[in-house]
Amino acid sequence: MSASNTTTITSIGAPNRRNTELALLVFAVAIPVFAYANVGLAKNGSVPAGLLGYGVGLGLLATVTHLLVRKFAPYADPLMLPIATLLNGLGLVLIWRLDQEPSLGAAMAPKQLMWSTFGVVLFVLVLVFVKDHRILQRYTYISMVLALFLLVLPVFFPPVYGARIWVTLPGIGSLQPGEFAKIIITVFFAGYLMVKRDALALASRRVMGLYLPRGRDLGPILVIWAVSLLILVFETDLGTSLLFFGLFVVMLYVATERTSWIVFGLLLSSAGAVAVASSEPHVKTRVQDWLHPLALENGAVTETAQARYAFGSGGLFGSGLGQGYSRLIHGIAPKSDYILATVGEELGLAGLMAVLLLYGLLIERGIRTALAARDPFGKLLAIGLSGGFALQVFVVAGGVTGLIPLTGMTMPFMAQGGSSVIANWALVAILLRISDTARRPAPSPAPSPDAEATQVVRNQ
Amino acid sequence: MNKPLRRVAVFCGLLVLALLIRVNYVQFVQADQLQNDPHNRRVAINQYAQPRGNIIVGDKAITGHTETNGSDFKYKRTYTDGPMWAPVTGHASQAYGTTMLEGVEDKFLTGNDDRLFFNRTIDLLTGKQRQGGNVVTTLNAKAQKAAFDGLGNKKGAVVALDPRTGAILAMASTPSYDPSGIAGYSGTDEKNWIALDKKNDPDDPSLNRALRQTYPPGSTFKLVTAAAALESGKVTDVNAKTTSPDPYVLPGTSVPLKNEGSIKCKDATLRDALRQSCNTVFGKLGADIGLQGMVDEAEKFGFNKEQLVPVRADASNFDTKMSPDQVAQSSIGQFDTAATPLQMAMVASAIANNGVLMKPYEVAKLVAPNLSTISQTDPTELSKPLSPENAQKLQSMMETVVNDGTGKNAKIPGVKVGGKTGTAQHGVNNDKAPYAWFVSYAMTDQGSPVAVAVVVEDGAANRDDISGGGLAAPIAKSVMQAVLDK
Repeated sequence: MSASNTTTITSIGAPNRRNTELALLVFAVAIPVFAYANVGLAKNGSVPAGLLGYGVGLGLLATVTHLLVRKFAPYADPLMLPIATLLNGLGLVLIWRLDQEPSLGAAMAPKQLMWSTFGVVLFVLVLVFVKDHRILQRYTYISMVLALFLLVLPVFFPPVYGARIWVTLPGIGSLQPGEFAKIIITVFFAGYLMVKRDALALASRRVMGLYLPRGRDLGPILVIWAVSLLILVFETDLGTSLLFFGLFVVMLYVATERTSWIVFGLLLSSAGAVAVASSEPHVKTRVQDWLHPLALENGAVTETAQARYAFGSGGLFGSGLGQGYSRLIHGIAPKSDYILATVGEELGLAGLMAVLLLYGLLIERGIRTALAARDPFGKLLAIGLSGGFALQVFVVAGGVTGLIPLTGMTMPFMAQGGSSVIANWALVAILLRISDTARRPAPSPAPSPDAEATQVVRNQ
Repeated sequence: MNKPLRRVAVFCGLLVLALLIRVNYVQFVQADQLQNDPHNRRVAINQYAQPRGNIIVGDKAITGHTETNGSDFKYKRTYTDGPMWAPVTGHASQAYGTTMLEGVEDKFLTGNDDRLFFNRTIDLLTGKQRQGGNVVTTLNAKAQKAAFDGLGNKKGAVVALDPRTGAILAMASTPSYDPSGIAGYSGTDEKNWIALDKKNDPDDPSLNRALRQTYPPGSTFKLVTAAAALESGKVTDVNAKTTSPDPYVLPGTSVPLKNEGSIKCKDATLRDALRQSCNTVFGKLGADIGLQGMVDEAEKFGFNKEQLVPVRADASNFDTKMSPDQVAQSSIGQFDTAATPLQMAMVASAIANNGVLMKPYEVAKLVAPNLSTISQTDPTELSKPLSPENAQKLQSMMETVVNDGTGKNAKIPGVKVGGKTGTAQHGVNNDKAPYAWFVSYAMTDQGSPVAVAVVVEDGAANRDDISGGGLAAPIAKSVMQAVLDK
């Protein structure tokens, strides 16, 4: 039988690694449960009452997702689900830990747990109903319209903390449509670029050593990009516009294999950055904060400085969960944008590096999926999703640690915020679907009739 | 499409690498600086998270702590006899930082000092609450009380030293303040703090006058000039007549230098000149010794240099660039000459200790919470401003001042006391109330156990009453008596 299988991609009977996933999931559930107990012991001297419920709940979610992955995406990547579970579980613990500080306002962990559950439900729905990621290709232009709609939507709602990125629904809470638009626009870019990549790559004019595509090929996509960027600038949400721009450049580069896109993109982005930084007062202060992180503002210590102090005070091994003072970053920020500051202070450099490596690993698995995918659409979609994820992690973590100016974005899976956690679970689901398709062994060739005919007849 | 994909993979790897390098920079390279940044509230929170160690005088603690609720800070500092000890302790305030000993020995008192690492580890392993170490001072409670009570509601400062070791026995400054009132973080503390501000209280009660205020030393500086005269050989016999006109015209000018009142200073002996405090004799001596000789002698006594006791004391000043007439004026403690009370006590102590100046210090030892001594201050010699013979000559002159001169108010029956008064004029045209100075020492068979400097700046007192002998000498006397236990 093996003699007839000559494909070099995979061999029939290759391990599907579902048991690896299960083993890793055990850790992904156990670590947050221990962390949860740790916070309780540090803060109140007793194991928190909700520990059993939390542990069982998280375990149940993990079990259900794992079983569904076994059923609906048996060849999917074994690392992504455990990493996402671990990050989400740790995020919940950190939010619960910050809920223990009365100065930070109302408890948010229960709501976050609800949103996480919704996220997992969406994850399951995507796996069950999107049997093949190529189905999404059919909705290329619908995606475009939907993404633009989602991006425009917050303009009609009042701004929150100086940025118009929220949609407030009475009774449910606020949503950030941009988080969903991020995925949907990737679908559009992937679908569009897959069709047009040859035209963009080959039918080009050489100008000053760079290959520029024809206007009619480039036009539509450039328009979409400009429109989305404009909307974002008007909504003063720079993090997301940076993300969209990076996403666009990366996908264009992968689709056309033309380095000129990188040059073109860098030029455009630096021009845009300079223009926005010099005109928007909101951005100007962010840049000033970045250049002088410890400067006082009206005699008071700024949020930026407080976050930096939190990181510095963590040192190598941190103060231990529940024993830091990241609450000094006032308001809602420590639970959302600055959640990494709590990681840095309480888990130390060691813990923060571990978390960043988890994100790095998740990104790496996504890119590996793109490499393994056999169809251009799958490749583009996978690289778009994981590249966008990487940019988001970089922009948020780089912002709070002071590598780059701070922009308001949330750390995927960890930070408080419903839209973000739901959207990122969907993102992981799509990546799993692509990887399942990519890693699924080729169907065994039909038995050759010739082989039947030339059976050796043994002599008695 | 795989080639660009691999490049994007490398790019994403670089992004993560950049983040990792950045967090290493922030949490490892910058960590110390961020942890100890004064604006980092964790510094204050940690400072008051455990009971602070005590500052001890004799065998009694002059500080304590209480537990507070409802703020970041668990323990609050308290003080016994706060105003009396404030120049020694300074304050440890949850809101307003630390000063004086509380500031200099802060790490030890909070238990964060590296030398307490072993104790911390033991506490950690045995599950005990961390404790701060204690600071044992050299101060003498009775002498301090005598100094503080003696100053009363007058403005001034007293420093008493043990000339044999340099140990600080008393350090008082008035008007004072109660550091307990600003130790916390409440509205009351804020109100008290604002009231202490120099803008709101011109008397500046939180100023430690003993270490941080320099005054024109006036005639007490003549001790330094006399020491310089003996050391330089300009005068060998203190009972021999000098060649000094009265009035003495300042060199290079036509300005006559006069004496106070109608004392007879023409060609007076050095002993007599010191007894009567003759400006003419010492002015001329200073000019004759010259700038370099005077500067050298003053600096041997400690002028022009900050002293760390270990709390920082301001540098006293004797100008190093002057014309001869300015040298003459400086030599009688006028012109730019300025000294802290500590400095003048050092002058008296060097003379009393037969010419050897010991480095002043106020911390005897640092004691760990388990009562083991972590470090001990050994007396060290700072310099030798005089030879023993010259020191004894000067001692006998200073004893004459107390027995027959301007310092009679400091006489203690049965004890040899040497001293020197000073009445330093200041202000434009000397229109402000002068400062009254008195420096002295007491001598026993076992050497001199105490040297004192007292300065009283009292604008309210009758101008004519302000004189070193009248206002300051009785305070010095009671401090010396407290140390001698008489």
